[in-house]
Amino acid sequence: MMIVLGFVLRLALWLLLAPLLPGLINKVKAWVAGRRGPPVLQLYYDLARLWHKQVVMSTLASPAFIIGPAVAWVAVLAATLLVPLGPAGATLSFRGDVILMLYLLALARFATTWAAMETGSAFEGMGAAREVSFAVLAEAAMIAAMLTLAVQTGSVSLATMLAPSVGTSAVLLAAGLFTVLLVENCRVPFDDPATHLELTMIHEVMVLDHSGPPLAAILHGASLKLLLFAVLLTQAVLPMGTYSPAVAAAVLLTGVLVVTVGVGAVESLMARFSFRRVPLLLTTAVLLCVFALLVAWQGAA
Amino acid sequence: MSGATLLALLPNATSLPWRDIPAWPASEFVQVTAAALARGARLCSWFAVPEESGDAVQLVAVLAFDADNTLAVGRSTPVRGSYPALTVLHPQAHLFEREVWETHGLTPEGHPWLKPVRASAGEAPANAPFFTVEGGEIHEVAVGPVHAGIIEPGHFRFQCAGEEVIHLEIALGYQHRGIERALAGGPHRRTLRQVETIAGDTTVAHATAYASVLEALGSGEAPLRGQWLRAIGLELERLANHTGDLGALAGDVAFIPTAAACGKLRGDFLNVTAALCGNRFGRGLVRPFAEGPDVSGALVQQVLGNLTRALADVEQAIAWLWDSASVRARFENVGTVHRAQAEEIGMVGPAARACGLVRDVRYDHPAGWHRFAQAPVAVWPGGDVFARARVRSLEIQRSGDFLREQLVAAPESGPADDSPASTGDTLAVALVEGWRGEVCHVAVTDAAGRFRRYKITDPSFHNWSGLALALRGNAISDFPICNKSFSLSYCGFDL
Repeated sequence: MMIVLGFVLRLALWLLLAPLLPGLINKVKAWVAGRRGPPVLQLYYDLARLWHKQVVMSTLASPAFIIGPAVAWVAVLAATLLVPLGPAGATLSFRGDVILMLYLLALARFATTWAAMETGSAFEGMGAAREVSFAVLAEAAMIAAMLTLAVQTGSVSLATMLAPSVGTSAVLLAAGLFTVLLVENCRVPFDDPATHLELTMIHEVMVLDHSGPPLAAILHGASLKLLLFAVLLTQAVLPMGTYSPAVAAAVLLTGVLVVTVGVGAVESLMARFSFRRVPLLLTTAVLLCVFALLVAWQGAA
Repeated sequence: MSGATLLALLPNATSLPWRDIPAWPASEFVQVTAAALARGARLCSWFAVPEESGDAVQLVAVLAFDADNTLAVGRSTPVRGSYPALTVLHPQAHLFEREVWETHGLTPEGHPWLKPVRASAGEAPANAPFFTVEGGEIHEVAVGPVHAGIIEPGHFRFQCAGEEVIHLEIALGYQHRGIERALAGGPHRRTLRQVETIAGDTTVAHATAYASVLEALGSGEAPLRGQWLRAIGLELERLANHTGDLGALAGDVAFIPTAAACGKLRGDFLNVTAALCGNRFGRGLVRPFAEGPDVSGALVQQVLGNLTRALADVEQAIAWLWDSASVRARFENVGTVHRAQAEEIGMVGPAARACGLVRDVRYDHPAGWHRFAQAPVAVWPGGDVFARARVRSLEIQRSGDFLREQLVAAPESGPADDSPASTGDTLAVALVEGWRGEVCHVAVTDAAGRFRRYKITDPSFHNWSGLALALRGNAISDFPICNKSFSLSYCGFDL
């Protein structure tokens, strides 16, 4: 009974808290621009509105157009259940769950791009091409970061991997993972979630033709992914295992908040990169994570 | 003098009797025009005047010798059917010749890309078929005519290899406004209002050009205070648009500080214009032969105060833009138009000056108040997005200085002339440097002094080809900033 209750509580926590993050980022941006900005809860209102809308289907698209967003949403949600929430721990934890998490995130990406290709539109094709090209480097950085944690702890289970302090490589990991967070969630300087210019988009252009509940699933999935990366980043960098449960919970919450405000600050104060310079920054992220791995490795030896 | 030309010379904002304009048979006329262009002239306008009876037309060319501060006109004897194309020798004529062909059915023989400029082709986009590139790796991207933002209709057809644009073709002409047709037979009571709407963001420039044409035809002049007010309005228009577009450029690269500030500041400049004439876009500011709205000394002081505050804020907002390395990285070496290309296709305005070409009607062909006071010409080499943004930020500074200087130098109000009637059988030309570049109005009157033909050339007509060239070899994702750096008008083209 307790297991079921814990499962439901964690699920509710992830599902309900995630849409708060984009709202906070928008508030930070609006504050810098001197505007009032949309309410923090705007994404909740949007989701409620989209849920009641009809789906408009292209005559060219197969059912994959609907299946894609559904699969992607379920995959990201499943990945969140593998990520421990500080003192509360993960819903599911087993040896090698980190590998399953990486694959679930990859599956979500595959499903989204598949649905994008279904429309047969030049825009969506371009967006899908950009998404998978940049993912090659972003995933390498992510894998290197997870390897670092695995080498440090000698474990391939997220619950143990994220618990201890990571020492000297923490700074390298923090920079690397923050960059990965920005690219995986299509934030400035990689993508601009606020733009209306189809030719410059990555994620937004892939979901241009979606509407109604599938679009709601995409938007909610994106916010879940952002929360997942923020939680992961905070725990990978800070020695969560050394705190008492109450402190750990507070630290986690503060960490996620700091990351969110950080994303908003980056978005407010710098222009986005041109696409030909994106691989440069991503390679830097890979290198940061690889150096963290080397430090962890040598430290262990 | 850049060598003798056979064409008739006339200064800006003046007129010439139609019979004094030298005429040649069409093929010879093309040669004469080509020779003048080869000697360094620019083609300001090229159009056809239909004969009163029959389907023959007379071609008219209006050229500018910038270095000699003079304009030149020539015409052909009535011609029908076809004539050898000028475009073959001088590409800057390509859209003009297509336009004449579309409107009057006169075929330029040997034109390399003869297709409609504005008319639609059945259900196809306005001027299909498009230039295509063949190859397994090539994909085609079609954007518009309905866009994501609230802008005018235009269709952009990209031929891409991956992210790289190999060729861009721009199709406009979705609006079918019929402005030139409405102006023929004028001036009517509505004409000034119609001219003010040729391009809403260039109201003062177009209205000034129209007023100058009327004044040249009537051999009169506006009172000095009217000329002063037109120059003030013209620079305010430049300030508002340059500020708005620099903000939009910042917005397109997701740089929030400048984007947010400039959006607000553009409104401040528009409000200054509204304080002068009651309309934010300068409608009612220009009245032919007249002083225009009454501007009191107290109002001038108030305007000066608001302007000084807004200018200080703009300077700060633009400093953020130039101080940000991430922004400069986006603007530099993107969307380059080379100087030689710009010259060949006859680009005008800030876009031409950003290629290092010194072309500014206020300086080269001064008329009205600009005979007494000029702002320095802003030029920057490079031809990329950075250079275009840089020229526009320089112009903001210099227009600001010009306004601060001129606002306190207002001439006294004087008695206005009666509006004399237009002379019959005359051609009048007026060039005005609008914020986008050279606005050219040409009127040809009939025996009764009514407009037999009223030809408008918006700077966008010259510059759209520049945008297409700028994209070659660039990433398709850089199209929005290239487009915004030119900031061309759709309605000014569609007429």
